[in-house]
This record gives sequence, structure tokens and C-alpha cells, in this order.
Amino acid sequence: MTTAQLSPSVPPPPEHDQPRVITAPVSRADRIYRLGLQVSGYSVFLLMGLIAFFLLLRGGDALSTAGWHFLTQQRWSPSAHVFGIAAVLPDGVLIAVVALVLAVPVSLVAALFIAEYAPVRLRGALVSVVDLMAAVPSIVYGLWGVYFLQPRVLGLVRWAALHLGGVLPFLKVRTGDIGTSYTSSTFMAGLVVSLMIVPIMTALSREVFSQAPQGEREAAYALGSTRWGMVRSVVLPFGRGGVIGAVMLGFGRAMGETIAVALIISPSFKFTGHVLEAGANSISALIALRFSESDGQSLSALMAAGLMLFAITLLVNLLAGVLVSRSRSGAVTAD
Amino acid sequence: MTTTVPRQAGETEPTRLSGLATRDLSAWFGAHKVLERVSLEMAAGQVTALIGPSGCGKSTYLRTLNRMHEMVRGAQLGGEVLLNGEDVYAHGRRPAEVRRRIGMVFQRPNPFPAMSIADNVASGLKLAGIKVGRDHREHLIEDSLRRAGLWNEVSNRLGTPGGALSGGQQQRLCIARSLAVEPEVLLMDEPCSALDPTSTRRVEETIAELRGRLTIVIVTHNMQQAQRISQSCAFFLASHDTPGRIVEAGPTEQLFSAPVDQRTADYVNGRFG
Repeated sequence: MTTAQLSPSVPPPPEHDQPRVITAPVSRADRIYRLGLQVSGYSVFLLMGLIAFFLLLRGGDALSTAGWHFLTQQRWSPSAHVFGIAAVLPDGVLIAVVALVLAVPVSLVAALFIAEYAPVRLRGALVSVVDLMAAVPSIVYGLWGVYFLQPRVLGLVRWAALHLGGVLPFLKVRTGDIGTSYTSSTFMAGLVVSLMIVPIMTALSREVFSQAPQGEREAAYALGSTRWGMVRSVVLPFGRGGVIGAVMLGFGRAMGETIAVALIISPSFKFTGHVLEAGANSISALIALRFSESDGQSLSALMAAGLMLFAITLLVNLLAGVLVSRSRSGAVTAD
Repeated sequence: MTTTVPRQAGETEPTRLSGLATRDLSAWFGAHKVLERVSLEMAAGQVTALIGPSGCGKSTYLRTLNRMHEMVRGAQLGGEVLLNGEDVYAHGRRPAEVRRRIGMVFQRPNPFPAMSIADNVASGLKLAGIKVGRDHREHLIEDSLRRAGLWNEVSNRLGTPGGALSGGQQQRLCIARSLAVEPEVLLMDEPCSALDPTSTRRVEETIAELRGRLTIVIVTHNMQQAQRISQSCAFFLASHDTPGRIVEAGPTEQLFSAPVDQRTADYVNGRFG
């Protein structure tokens, strides 16, 4: 065995210290499996691309007619070649913001209760109910919102408009103190949409909260912490990234919600920012309400509006994905 | 048994030394009994080592001492744990108060990874609701890190995250964190089992320096370690149909050089376990 001899005095010839070419032959089954995964994986990109391409193709006509006015024009009269999303886009965002303002605290508290405080038997039931709520079709929420919820919160809305409107101008209602001034508003739509995004946000937040590392929980308790102290110093910091992601996903959903909003609002094409005042709109509601009566130029205008909604929700969801993936995992404590 | 040791340089308060004892302590997980009538005195200011093979109930025993045992679902307990002669499970006594006085260091280092080193050390104050001024807080952080033998390594980067330290440093950070709330007793559950030999030696030095200033109870699998650091020792044993109990307890030297029970002799000489 002369080749195995070690001779430190003689340096090895340099060509022996080169990286080798390493091959790892893949079995036939692995190749087929990988191909299958690749096809379904890439088809997601294909589908997204096709949707964007379709919307651009069909909406291009309207976009070239309106030009930059599409982003600045508040009116929507495609037959007169005057149309733009300057009212429906911010109003739709405002509905989503109202929904988040109402839904985030509820979701966080509910998620914390389910993950940390609920008795074990109740926990399973709560998780099922929350999942079930997420599965209720939006038309049901919409009907419930219009016929049950709206008349019941009207008093509160009126009170807020009359008493807080002076201090907070966006709560003011300028159309007179009659019942119909307070209905069909951005706030009403936001309220119903908030009910629809609570389940998904609760479910996601609960999931990250329950993954907070046992070692850190015990560390907090062993230092003499109360349960709330433990939650504040371990569970909430651990869940922060996931919660931000959940909120962004909720925002994306709220932006895209159609039927419930279309049922509640009385469409307006002037962005006022007065959330309690009758009259609201969103891109998805606009499309749903106008689609059946549109053709030619007006249909193309709706497609262009759809393209904007597509782009914005895509952006929001991408941002959510980045935030969720950047959130801390328990791996940091591992050796 | 409360004695007061003289005030030392760099210390803000005289340390109160408290002894710990259990009387007929039994523990269950559901219907499964894991400890039977364990009675043991852990002398104030000394290091008591709990040894025994895996599954003998020594970790469970340790966790009954600061009421961490009851955090596990289905966990039950009988008998008494006496801190300075007072039962920590007495009716109306809050677990958080007991745990603040009886600190614990775990097998796996568990610093709060997102917090800075300084915040980690001071975290116990916040969690236990102890209010301190800024000067005292800084002093306490330095003092705790010094006592844990970590100050020289981290003094110039107290603001960096605790999760970025090495395993051995993390464990000493956890010790510093426990010391900052000035506990009377410190429980250590195999604190060196996840550490390399150098870090282990460093933690053992820390334990030696802490001796006399607070009461330490340490679970260890390492017989040499028990011999090196402890003054008294208890040998636990369980079999698959009998719950864990103490076979023999006494001064460490006697337990290792002249054990009374044959099973103790076999275990400490490495013939089983």
C-alpha cells in the first residue's frame, strides 16, 4: 500500500488538490416525481401570467383611451370616454382599512385566548368554529350585514357622527341627520368585511402563537412571571412576524371582497373620505355591479380596473409573504 | 433556617440564605406515579447534586421544588416542599412568587433570542414586576453577569442579541438572568449536558463561585461533575414498575467513597446506568 503513505516533507503535486467533479445519478422514480412537481409548480406562474395578460389585452383599449386620466379621474362614464379609478381605488382601500381597524384587535385577542388561555377542551371547539367561519360564503355575510347588522349599528354610527364628527372630521356626516345618511357607507361595508377577515387572521395568528418555543415559555415562568408577562415577553415577540403577515393577508382579502360590499354600498364616484356617510365604492364592487350591463369600451374599462386590483392585491400578498418568511423561527435558540 | 452573610463588595443587599427540604414528596403524571415519598434536606448555601439513571424522576423532583411540575397537564403531587420551613404549595401561595425565590436553569440554554444580552439579564425584573432605577439596573446587570462568569466576554456588546452567543455563553447568560432576581435557591437541570467540555468547566467554576451565596440544587448525569461541585448528594433510582425514590443521600464524599447501599456503589462506580 505505497499510495497510503504519508510524507509530510514532500508537498503533494498541485493537480491532486483540485475540486473533483461529483455526480449524483437520480433514479427514474425521482426524476418522474420531480418532473410532476415542477410542472405543477411552474403552472402557478403560468396561470398568473395568463390572467395578467388577459386583463392587459382586454383592458388595453380603455387604458389607451383614458391614458393617465385613468388614475386621476373620479367619474365613471365609459360611454362618454370619461372614466378613472381615482374614486373607487382609494374608497376600496378605505373599506379595507376600516375592516382592518375593526378586525385586527378582535383577531389578536381571540387568537391569544385560543392559543394561551382557553381550557384545552374549549380550544378544539373554538378552532373548529373559527375555521368554519372562514368557510361561510361572503354572500351570507353580506345579507346578514345588510338586513341584520346595519339597522342595529345605525344608532351607534349616528352617535359617533354627531358627537365625534366635530373632533374627527372624517366621522362627520354632511348629508343631514336622517336615517339614510348613515347607511350604505364605507364604514358599513368595512364592518361586514371585517367579520369576513377575522377568521383567517385569527387562525393564522393562533398558529404562530402556539408555536412559541416551550423553552422560552418555561424560562419566563421560572423567573416568576405571570401568564400575561410570559405572553408579552415570549409569545407576542415570537408571533410578531406571523401576525404582520396575517394582517397583510387580511388586507388583501378585504381589498378583493366583492359581493358583500356590492350588497351594502350605494355606489358613489366621488372620494370623500367621510367613512360614516352614505355612498362608497370599491373596484371589485364596481366590476360586479357594472359587468352585466357592459360591452365594448365600458367592458374594457372594467378589465383595466380589474388589472389594477390584480396588481395591488398581488403586491400586498407578496409583501405579506416576505414579512412572514422574515419572521423569527425558534431556530435561533438551537445550538 | 435563615442566616445572613456579610455584605460583600459590589453587592447591594445582603444575601438571604434559605434551605430547602421535601417531606414525603410523591408525584404523578396522570395515573402514572413517578416519585414516591421523597424526603430530602438541601442545606442552605450548599450545592446538592441529584444523580441517578435516566427516568429515575430526578428532573421531575427538581421541577416540583419551584412549582414548574404543575405546568404539565395531568401532573399531580403529594407531600410538602419547604422553603425555610414554609410549604411552597400552601393554600393561597402564588406560584410566581415561589418561582421568583427559587430560580431555575434548564438543560437547553433558553435565553430570549430577540432580546439584547442586557435585557435578557434584566428580563426577570420586568417579568416579576420588580421596579428598579436605571443606575441600579445597570449595576445589577453587571453584577449578575460577573457572578455568572460572563461579564468579561460580553461587557463590550451588551446590546447584541442573546441568541447570538455560543451555547456555553447562552447557558451562563441564563444563569445571570436567574441571579438578577436575587433568588434564594437556584435549581439546575443538567445545565452542562448540551455544552462542550470547556463551557462545562466554565459553568462549574461559576457554580463554585456561587456556593455559599445561595442554595444550589443540580441534576447531573455526570458522576465526576457531582463529585467536583457538590457537598451533598442524593441517588435516585426507579424501575419500570416502581416509581423513583432516593436510595441513598448524604455528604458527596461519603456517597462516592463509602456508599452504604450496594446499588449506589454499583452506580457511582459505573457498573450500570
